[in-house]
Amino acid sequence: MKILIKDGQLIDPSQEINEVRNLLLSDGKINGYPSDTKELEMDSSVQVIDASGKVVSPGFIDLHVHLREPGFEHKETIRTGCLAAAAGGFTSVVCMPNTNPVNDNASVTEYILLKARTEGVVNVFPVGAITKGQKGQALAEIGEMREAGCVAISDDGRPVMNSRVMRHAMEYAKAFELPVISHAEDLNLSSDGVMNDGFTSTILGLRGIPNASEEIIVARDITLGELTGTHLHIAHVSTAGAVRLIRDAKKRGVKVTGEATPHHFTLNDKAVLNYDTSTKVNPPIRSREDMEAIREGLKDGVLDIIATDHAPHTEDEKKVEFDLAPFGISGLETALPLALRLVEDRILTLTELIRKLTFNPAQIIIRSNRGTLKPGAPADVVIFDPNKTVKVDRDKFFSKGRNTPFHGWRLSGQILYTIVGGEIVFSA
Amino acid sequence: MDSETITRALSRIAHEILERNKGAKELRIIGIRTRGIHIARRLADKIQELEGIKPPLGTLDITLYRDDFRRKTDWPSVQKTEIAFSVEEKNVILVDDVLYTGRTTRAAIDAIMDYGRPDFIQLAVLVDRGGHRELPIQADYVGTRVMTVRTQKVEVLIKELDGRDEVIILQLGSPNEAR
Amino acid sequence: MVFEQKHILGLEELSSDEIRLILDTAESMKEVSERDVKKVPALKGVTVVNLFFEPSTRTRASFEIAEKRLSADVLNFTPTESSVVKGETLLDTARNLEAMGASVIVIRHSMSGAPWLLARELSSSIVNAGDGFHEHPSQALLDLFTVREIKKEISGLKIVIVGDILHSRVARSNIWGFIKLGAEVRVVGPPTMIPRDIEKVDVKVHYNIENALEGVDIVMMLRLQKERQESGLFPSLREYSRFYGLTRERLGLAKADVIVMHPGPINRGVELSSEVADDMHSVILNQVSNGIAVRMAMLYLVASGGGSG
Repeated sequence: MKILIKDGQLIDPSQEINEVRNLLLSDGKINGYPSDTKELEMDSSVQVIDASGKVVSPGFIDLHVHLREPGFEHKETIRTGCLAAAAGGFTSVVCMPNTNPVNDNASVTEYILLKARTEGVVNVFPVGAITKGQKGQALAEIGEMREAGCVAISDDGRPVMNSRVMRHAMEYAKAFELPVISHAEDLNLSSDGVMNDGFTSTILGLRGIPNASEEIIVARDITLGELTGTHLHIAHVSTAGAVRLIRDAKKRGVKVTGEATPHHFTLNDKAVLNYDTSTKVNPPIRSREDMEAIREGLKDGVLDIIATDHAPHTEDEKKVEFDLAPFGISGLETALPLALRLVEDRILTLTELIRKLTFNPAQIIIRSNRGTLKPGAPADVVIFDPNKTVKVDRDKFFSKGRNTPFHGWRLSGQILYTIVGGEIVFSA
Repeated sequence: MDSETITRALSRIAHEILERNKGAKELRIIGIRTRGIHIARRLADKIQELEGIKPPLGTLDITLYRDDFRRKTDWPSVQKTEIAFSVEEKNVILVDDVLYTGRTTRAAIDAIMDYGRPDFIQLAVLVDRGGHRELPIQADYVGTRVMTVRTQKVEVLIKELDGRDEVIILQLGSPNEAR
Repeated sequence: MVFEQKHILGLEELSSDEIRLILDTAESMKEVSERDVKKVPALKGVTVVNLFFEPSTRTRASFEIAEKRLSADVLNFTPTESSVVKGETLLDTARNLEAMGASVIVIRHSMSGAPWLLARELSSSIVNAGDGFHEHPSQALLDLFTVREIKKEISGLKIVIVGDILHSRVARSNIWGFIKLGAEVRVVGPPTMIPRDIEKVDVKVHYNIENALEGVDIVMMLRLQKERQESGLFPSLREYSRFYGLTRERLGLAKADVIVMHPGPINRGVELSSEVADDMHSVILNQVSNGIAVRMAMLYLVASGGGSG
């Protein structure tokens, strides 16, 4: 099975390519860039895709999704989550361990990978829990999870509050060369907060989560990163202070990377003003100044990657009092058009943007030859039209989670084809 | 009707009220907002001129008693009702500018009854538009009777509000505008 | 002027003209309450549901009397703990009530924004009878009404709100109301109880009660919830009342004709000394009867106003 993608604008930041080139995929791998395609086009076993005027790039990699399976299949399954990923142009997703049971041992990891192989349409890379049951006390069997296929460990959703436990986790992870992904939140300071602490929360009478809640733990984990030398990845950075802490740490040579989500670089907390629970997310959507700082962090490279923190919930779960609604935004299917606004706003070039969606995440967590179009690499490719206007319609999502604050938005950027291992898994 | 005929009609009504109620002693005069208030005041003044007693004067807003609540179009805001006296066992003269369907009067009677039990309620109007009554209501004292069709509108102009006294009949453009 | 709002969710959403219209209408309603027959047929045939998720004898009774004086059919629905445990959502409960014919729903809820959820999802008119820490429009409107009755004009007055502003819906609604009608608003309390960035709504923040009382026309005392002590926002009732309690002596710093208000119930000896509490008794009772008139006006205006019916 061969696919020839003709005349597309090929953008591959891993090789600094940005030009019109043909791309040939065969046997699930990137084959090369044939300039003469006459013979291939005559061959009936070659599928030809005309990509003229479109962008062809490595498939996107999302380092932060919640697939909800096992345990919360009413919100999402590995199958629906993978379909949503494919529709969003993602060929690989990294899934967080806060399932039920928690992914804190090899058997859960194996279950997830088995499900992904049989039902999923994109590559799934599980993240293991730091502590058993995500309780923040005893270390999980990190080595066995690594053997079973976990690519990182994280406390996402239920942060480790005990600094000694976090220190040991980071030390221990070094033996298995696993990065530690930190959900930076001081739970005592967040208390029962439901949105950003500031003017808007004052007006709405909602309990606030202060920026300090994130920054204290970012500072702690950077300090522990310096102590242990373990690669630390800060998930969903939401505050200006956190960007500053990561910037300073990078300057000192600490092994730390940072991620930003589309909702944090697109919205500010005024979006919450009518108590729309689809804007309820953790960390919360912050002030305009914080949003600008995230954009600045993406621009100057402090924030290495863009990830969605795709967190699907059902409509019934979200159609309740703001205090009762679960945190989370269904993000896979709106990521590209929201990210393209960074290009429109001249924060990033298209190449820089694609790097943060492909090569950087591959380097940081997956550490294999993905996120690139080098010959021999897996044929994970996305073709998109950056200029086509789309109207976000949550009712057309592949994800079970329709919880998006972007419903009805008109945005530019449409995914045309998503190809995983040489197979077309999504076409518009 | 011009200013002179209006003054003459009110003077006649004042006489009729005094005759029928055997003087001004038990009289309580209540004007219905908005124009009825001014007509009521003139009647009270006239009665004082004739009898030497000024009957207590009240104003009534019937908005809260209307029966077309859920058919609102241009809904007036609620104004204050001021009745600073008891109506118990008194002869209440309700005063309005125009009697048309009778619905305003019905509302006004209901309102007065909530203030107590008068011996009599009598109705005085400047203009009685015949032929369109929707309730069994009639005026006791009438300035003038006019026969109109529904596409016409009777407008009472009052010096205190409009700068001059006059009753005019307008032809409305479309039947839908008729009230 | 016609009232165009379908709901009354908070004073933040209302224009100064709309607030004045409610107060003017309340004056007419107050006259109804002074009659022998305290009833008008204005809302005959309209079903109003009082949906109170939080116990509140006073507000609920006041709304109920207001509804009955307007001849509405009244249904009181007080969900018990058990029905919440049974898992019925707020929206399902409210939809059921709407199916029974409710066209106005008066809701009290412990969570901010709950009335917004109903306004968005239902077709009834929603009247907010207090939501979480967010707004309590009927209380603020009656406070405005009472002040206007005594002082005639609100514009130019100086008001200070004292106490736990952070957790007070009464404070938030009053801040909007008094600012919109042209008063100067100050707040004072321990910094742990002053919400973030409140000065951005043109409120002056004080931490010292003596400074805050200087030259004010109105002092509004908030009720101190004792459980705030457990969450560490102040050390003890004794210390709180020493630094933020209103005494006769402190009241001397305000204007001579100062009005003291309190949404009740009062913690005597905590936010108010007993002597001050006794002095202000008349205003409190006045507030109760004004509360009925204001709530009649609110109900009448939403039921007759924009979009409903």
